[in-house]
Amino acid sequence: MPAIAFVFGALINLNHPGNYIHWGFIQMSYGNLAVIILMVVVFLAAILIPFKTHKEKGGER
Amino acid sequence: MTADTAKGHGKPRKFVQDRDAVVWHGRYEPYDLAKEFLVALIVVVVLVAGLAVLFGSPDDKPVTVKSWATSNPVDFAQTAITELDGTSGTAGYGPPYNLNGTAQSIGPISPAKWLGVHHPIDTANDYVLAPLDTLPNDPQVQAAVAEYRNASSAQQTAWTTAYEKAVAKATFSDGKLVVPPGDYGPVGTIVSSLTAMARSGALDGALLSSRQFYGTDYTKPLLFIADGQYLANLASNQHLAGDQWGMMNETGQWPGQAWLWLYTLWYQVPPANNSTNGDIEVFAFMIALTALLAALPFIPGLRSIPRWTRVYRLIWRNHYREVEGRSGSGGTSGSPPQQTAGEAREPVTV
Amino acid sequence: MTIADPKAPRADQADLDKAADRPEDADQWTAKIRSAAVDALPPQKLLPDRQPAYVASWIYVFGVVTIAALIVVIGTGFVLALFGPNWWHVSSTGLFVNSLHLWAVEVFMFSMVIHLWGKFFMAAWRGKRKATWISGVVSFLVSVGAAFTGYLSQQNFDSQWISTQAKDGINSTGAGAIFNVTNFGQMIMWHIVLLPLVVVALVGLHVLMVRLRGVVTPFAAKNETPGVDAATSGAEVQA
Repeated sequence: MPAIAFVFGALINLNHPGNYIHWGFIQMSYGNLAVIILMVVVFLAAILIPFKTHKEKGGER
Repeated sequence: MTADTAKGHGKPRKFVQDRDAVVWHGRYEPYDLAKEFLVALIVVVVLVAGLAVLFGSPDDKPVTVKSWATSNPVDFAQTAITELDGTSGTAGYGPPYNLNGTAQSIGPISPAKWLGVHHPIDTANDYVLAPLDTLPNDPQVQAAVAEYRNASSAQQTAWTTAYEKAVAKATFSDGKLVVPPGDYGPVGTIVSSLTAMARSGALDGALLSSRQFYGTDYTKPLLFIADGQYLANLASNQHLAGDQWGMMNETGQWPGQAWLWLYTLWYQVPPANNSTNGDIEVFAFMIALTALLAALPFIPGLRSIPRWTRVYRLIWRNHYREVEGRSGSGGTSGSPPQQTAGEAREPVTV
Repeated sequence: MTIADPKAPRADQADLDKAADRPEDADQWTAKIRSAAVDALPPQKLLPDRQPAYVASWIYVFGVVTIAALIVVIGTGFVLALFGPNWWHVSSTGLFVNSLHLWAVEVFMFSMVIHLWGKFFMAAWRGKRKATWISGVVSFLVSVGAAFTGYLSQQNFDSQWISTQAKDGINSTGAGAIFNVTNFGQMIMWHIVLLPLVVVALVGLHVLMVRLRGVVTPFAAKNETPGVDAATSGAEVQA
């Protein structure tokens, strides 16, 4: 169990030189790539995952 | 076809699918906006707290003139001579710092030139001579500065040109700058003492407080530091340089500003990537693209992309299932018989 | 002496209700403004408890998620302002609050862009909703500017690099004469005073416009004629 001191620092230390992907003239950090991929995934999930309405739940929400 | 901006009261207009919309007269469902907001707030707070605990945030210590001159005194000296002889980036920048350089332009349009100098910097005086003036009890330095100031500009140029060539091969040992011998007049003393002043920390103070006690404007020291290679080397080690898509990046491995991807993209490709007017060209292009995004509702073709790509069929699939499921029969659109909020209620007028 | 029951109708209630209709008040600005506001956005429209049945997708939550993230950005920013710009460099609590602020900004931009994608694919500008779309785009731009001034206010290596590089882009437009990115005092005031006010005002306007027009209706179904709602005999169109 991490000590409370860890709460104010960070559990995962990102203070190292970043890693980059190189693709043609595009250079991107892994951090940014992860964010962008996650955005596309979340967008697709948002439009694909069914949204249960009040009617479909058949009762008080 | 009538103009898009017409208010349309009373006058029948042709319905344009990508510009107009029908009013909903179908079924409504209870939808608790207040509860949704509270859930969203709780989810965001938990998510943000989790990310902060997991990853924290970066805080790389700033460079000071002292740390620069201590870590790389030769780079400092090489920069200092260019400030003195007016060949540094800042010295020859042009507006808004001085008139020694040409402002960027696109054709006849040069807003920086029109606006002129607003943050005057005279690098020889502000970065070299005036700070040395503040050194107390150093007659050797005062004499060197006086000699330089009193010399003709041709003589000053001769000294600085010779020194700049020599300092390219300088080294630093025993706390002293070692430059190949030559005829530099007082310039050698000037640059050596400025380097020593920088290493002591006194130059940071002199640059910031040169006009006032409470400083919050760091333009002078920042531009001086940025004229050297030291800051730039630290930045390119972290992939922050302009030609490394640096605008999007953060120090360390943290995600940066992914939303700047399109702005920085143009700096990586011709023509901006090797144009002296690259900045204004990219800015103009981005303003045009942004205007296009804002004006999308007015632009035929572009505004049809959502209908052509049919992503909406996924978003509203329940609605289409209900409406198309009744294949042509009558009845209220989107309202199969059911007990909850239904046809009886008038929809809110829009 | 009896004390009037506060719940009983006031003797002048009828007078108050009809205040805007009295001819002698026809020129009264306050009455006119109130009437116009209440006509445009009556309470049921300002805070509706129902939505059209087609509002049934997770994509619809990203607007409110963006607003929630903005609230966390402002709240954490408030705490950072309480202790001043140097606090997060010298205190581990301060560093944590800075981390909250940074990640709230990432979540804010993340959800705003997903909201933008959703609204694009729904062509949400249709039906007199162009101003809603435009206010959204402008909010996005001003938010990017607000984030930019935040990065400039960090007083660390990152802000040194960002300011000395960004100055070239901004100077090229002439804006550098006034908007001096290497001037920390100016940048932090834009960041904590000017731009948050503008962002909040724009977002407020944006939400009011959504309430005013309602959530955009779907494109015509395969068995519907565009512009004619199958439920009604005539076209009632927002055009």
